[in-house]
Amino acid sequence: MVAVWVILGIVVLFVLFLIATYNRLVAGRNRADNAWSQIDVQLRRRYDLIPNLVETVKGYAKHEKETFENVTRARQQGIAASTVGEQAQAENMITQALRQLLAVVENYPELKANQNFLALQEELTATEGRIAFARQFYNDLVLTYNNSVQQFPSNVVAGMFSFSTREYFEIEEGATGPVSVQF
Amino acid sequence: MYEELTKNVRRSAFLVTGVILVTLGAGYFLGWAIGGAAGGIGGLLVAGIIATIMSLSSWYAGDRMVLRLHRAREVSPQEEARLHNLVEGLCIAAGIPKPKIYVVEDPSPNAFATGRDPKHASIAVTRGLLDKMNRIELEGVVAHELAHVKNRDTLVMVIVATLVGVLVLLADWTFRSMFWGVGGRRGRGGDGGGPAAAAFLVLGLVAAILMPLLAKIMQMAVSRRREFYADVTGVQFTRYPPGLINALEKLKADTTVVRTAEHATGHLWIEQPLNVKDSGFGGKMNRLFATHPPLDERIRILREL
Repeated sequence: MVAVWVILGIVVLFVLFLIATYNRLVAGRNRADNAWSQIDVQLRRRYDLIPNLVETVKGYAKHEKETFENVTRARQQGIAASTVGEQAQAENMITQALRQLLAVVENYPELKANQNFLALQEELTATEGRIAFARQFYNDLVLTYNNSVQQFPSNVVAGMFSFSTREYFEIEEGATGPVSVQF
Repeated sequence: MYEELTKNVRRSAFLVTGVILVTLGAGYFLGWAIGGAAGGIGGLLVAGIIATIMSLSSWYAGDRMVLRLHRAREVSPQEEARLHNLVEGLCIAAGIPKPKIYVVEDPSPNAFATGRDPKHASIAVTRGLLDKMNRIELEGVVAHELAHVKNRDTLVMVIVATLVGVLVLLADWTFRSMFWGVGGRRGRGGDGGGPAAAAFLVLGLVAAILMPLLAKIMQMAVSRRREFYADVTGVQFTRYPPGLINALEKLKADTTVVRTAEHATGHLWIEQPLNVKDSGFGGKMNRLFATHPPLDERIRILREL
């Protein structure tokens, strides 16, 4: 008689373990999805900042037309990008174009002292930071989720319900080439 | 870094469990010494309820009191753009909501975090910190404070303080009742004889004095362990140990003392706000009861990450 209760108890515990692990995997996957879209939010913020920045610099450095065009074009590409690959490429272009723009600013001391410009530069630095942190957070969540999917015993549950590992956000090959700085 | 994180979690859990066991065991023993088994449980219950009420109120409303005590002023993003931006970025990395940001107008560089949970948290930095640290170092310090918020250290310390409070109350009652002869009743019936009862009395008194001391030491050990944990968690957010290392080096060199500081809230700051000797015998005693680990050790551990 006791044996029946013991077996029942074991079955109940097993079912509870199953439910808890399944829910943990679902939560992990959802968090990773959320973090991925949050990266986008930060990228959009950067797009919004750029026109303001270009206008402020134009006020002092009208002759640097090519630099302005580069930045604006890169921004358009970023907004228009549809696949992850296109977006990564556009992002890289924006970073390079912005770097070029900020290097140009070095030649205009009145601009560097302008309060508006300083505030914008602070915002830009902060936004670059936020994008980096958003990517880092996504990668951290993917690590936790992948651990759950691959480690025993949760990998058994993961296999049962077809949870698969996620990919990390990585900068693509071409994007980490040397950046040329011209004086 | 990950090994360091799990090591800290394990050691915190070990210490807190230790505090719980010491408190429960000692509490029961002391209560029993007063009035038998029923006294043991009764004493534990009463002390537990009182200490819990006190600690719950401190956990719930403590952040407002602390902020007012140190004359902290909430600052807007327009006033302190750089600080707000740093906090926002790190909150994204940490996955916690952005806390309220305060500034304490004090020349000594320091910072603290308070609040009952990540959704109702506040962090404060002194004017001295904002003036003396560059952006990367400030980021390291803010990351450490946000780590306290994420790790719910206010909750952990309140739990430990509750247990120590229980123990101190019980020990106090035991001491008083033994002093007034309640415990001596046991030996009068002639069943144990004089010497046994006397030895028991002495043991009880010694326990009543030593147990709270031991619990306090363990409470400080938990505080120090949580500081190490916050250091490493902060680095997990920034992924840049030199930021915090350089900030700690600067703090080591700086000898100004926070004007509104006193021992009661010492544990909340990033570095002990009052200067205490930390070498020699007096220094060793200070270190046992210190809320923060020595700066040198913190720097050493961060360098080895």
